[in-house]
Amino acid sequence: MSEDTTTLPEGAAPDAAVDDEAQEQSDIFNGTGRTGLRNARSSDGNDTRAIPAFVFGEELADLADVDPRVVVLTADLARANRAVDFAERHPDRFFNVGIAEKNMITVAAGLASCGYVPFAATFASFAALLGCEQIRTDCAYPQMPVRVVGHHSGVSMGFYGTSHHSPEDLGIMRTIADLTVVCATDANHLRALLRASLDHPGAMYLRLGRGRDRDVYDEVPDLTIGKAITVRPGDDLTIISTGTEVEPSLRAAEALAESGHSVGVIDMFTVSPLDTEAVLSAAARTGAVLTVEEANVTNGLGTAVAECLFQSGTGQPVRFRKVGIPDAYVPVGPPAALYAHYGLDAAGITKTAKEMLV
Amino acid sequence: MRHPDTTPAPTPEQLSLLADRAMFIRSETVRLAAIAGAGHYTSVFSIAEILATLYYGRLRLTPGEPRDPDRDRVVLSKGHAAIGLYPVLADLGFFEPSALDTYTRLGSPFGDHPDMKKVPGIDFSSGSLGHGLSIGVGMALGARLGGRDYRTYVLLGDAELNEGQVWEAAMSAAHFGLGNLVAVVDNNQLGIDGMTRDTMPVEPLRERFESFGWRVQRVDGHDLGALLAAYDALPDAADRVPQVIVADTVKGRGVRAMEYSPDWHVGNLVGEDYDDVLAEIAAGLRPLEARA
Repeated sequence: MSEDTTTLPEGAAPDAAVDDEAQEQSDIFNGTGRTGLRNARSSDGNDTRAIPAFVFGEELADLADVDPRVVVLTADLARANRAVDFAERHPDRFFNVGIAEKNMITVAAGLASCGYVPFAATFASFAALLGCEQIRTDCAYPQMPVRVVGHHSGVSMGFYGTSHHSPEDLGIMRTIADLTVVCATDANHLRALLRASLDHPGAMYLRLGRGRDRDVYDEVPDLTIGKAITVRPGDDLTIISTGTEVEPSLRAAEALAESGHSVGVIDMFTVSPLDTEAVLSAAARTGAVLTVEEANVTNGLGTAVAECLFQSGTGQPVRFRKVGIPDAYVPVGPPAALYAHYGLDAAGITKTAKEMLV
Repeated sequence: MRHPDTTPAPTPEQLSLLADRAMFIRSETVRLAAIAGAGHYTSVFSIAEILATLYYGRLRLTPGEPRDPDRDRVVLSKGHAAIGLYPVLADLGFFEPSALDTYTRLGSPFGDHPDMKKVPGIDFSSGSLGHGLSIGVGMALGARLGGRDYRTYVLLGDAELNEGQVWEAAMSAAHFGLGNLVAVVDNNQLGIDGMTRDTMPVEPLRERFESFGWRVQRVDGHDLGALLAAYDALPDAADRVPQVIVADTVKGRGVRAMEYSPDWHVGNLVGEDYDDVLAEIAAGLRPLEARA
């Protein structure tokens, strides 16, 4: 009998987070709910900071003020992804196609062929899986500057279940040629990505979390798409992480520092094309690489990094492990419980890192 | 460049030229298919008059400037008919006709399905059925946003209408008020496996499109004058109602052995057959014979 990974082990859910998570899960669809995405509390239930949440619509509206190419499309999720903030300011450049994701992505491609830079946003599971062929054939292959925005990616849809989870999107998207795949780390990073995306050639898949991700960047970072950001240097181990997992990776590195380990963290926000130089130089420096991603480990960031290391031809041995979602369906549950279940929270990452540091 | 209601009826000379170009489209298709060793003859033969009337009769195009932002757009949603469109683009001067000699050979710009990045005059790549009308919606929205008065024509097959995305696009075109969008349905009544009505019927097309908020014209898709009249009856591009021309056609039209035949969706004419078919095309369209 194989292990039943769809059943959550007893006691795996951190109780403190559950109430907060339940409220947040109920707020996903209206985006303005009682706690609301804009004022959601952080996932450990203790930090009551206001989280800047989805700056997606607001930032794009700012960009659209000065760039006439920016248009936004969504598929009946304008409140969930805050495209409404764009629609309020640029109603003529906002198109809600209803629950028709394939049409949304292909209409965006048609607009792109006329010189526009369309941002087409919906839940990651629908964008990347339902709209996969449209992304490949209509956006990436003809090099249309469409930005497909898959939000609430990974397991962040929690108890909504497999139809709404998207562990697969990262792996699927990164195997599409001429498609740049980037993950937003936090609100400031998302702003930087949106700005940088405007003049980036070809199609892009932007992978977003749930818009309540804790801050990694205190201000909008300078970034170059395709170039990783070293958010913390280290000599004993390098954690290469992306998107929502950068923040807990950083906390894990901080915890490990207290026990005397020098652990670096790289924000590999561009998953395709991979910054192989950053991977190889991290491996050369620390001899140990741990990848962390809120995605199926079969074909995601970890696989990309492993491919890079194995094919590098340096001959240098590198300890390597990847943390992510196994190739099995994800149980329902509050997101914080799922992160704990998969060792994707700071505690889990710390534990795996420690095993590599002995 | 528009042809408003005052457009005079086409002269016999104009109709004769268009008939000649339809003949050219069919014969070039046969020639190119021989290079590839296979070709979608019948899917082109059903739209030869549609392509001829659009490209030689009504489209606003500047072949020397294939990316002219004010050009009319054409999306060949039934991309497998590209073999009949390439010769038209060459003939109009988008590229050298001799370039077509590489058709489907390794690395050629000209594959069975059209590639906008490789072939001047192709406004969007196609091949996966059901996408083109959505592309057209995007182009029509682009025209609206940019204050341009070009039209976007999307050429679809009838069996392609089985694809659900077509109806997502149809719904959105009406909602967004895209009177500058024109769908032309090549109602040739055949898919790969047989008659569309047997495999998965799409009729009643008039009622279906009307109920989705479109204005419908239905014409004989091999009648040059009727097709021109249908284009000329389109409202101003600023109109709010998307337009569909259901062109009743015959798959394989112009080559008797291929008409109504599902056996020639993809085929390869060799030897005497090749010569006979070219001769039959050169003789011009004969009246349709009753189907068995």
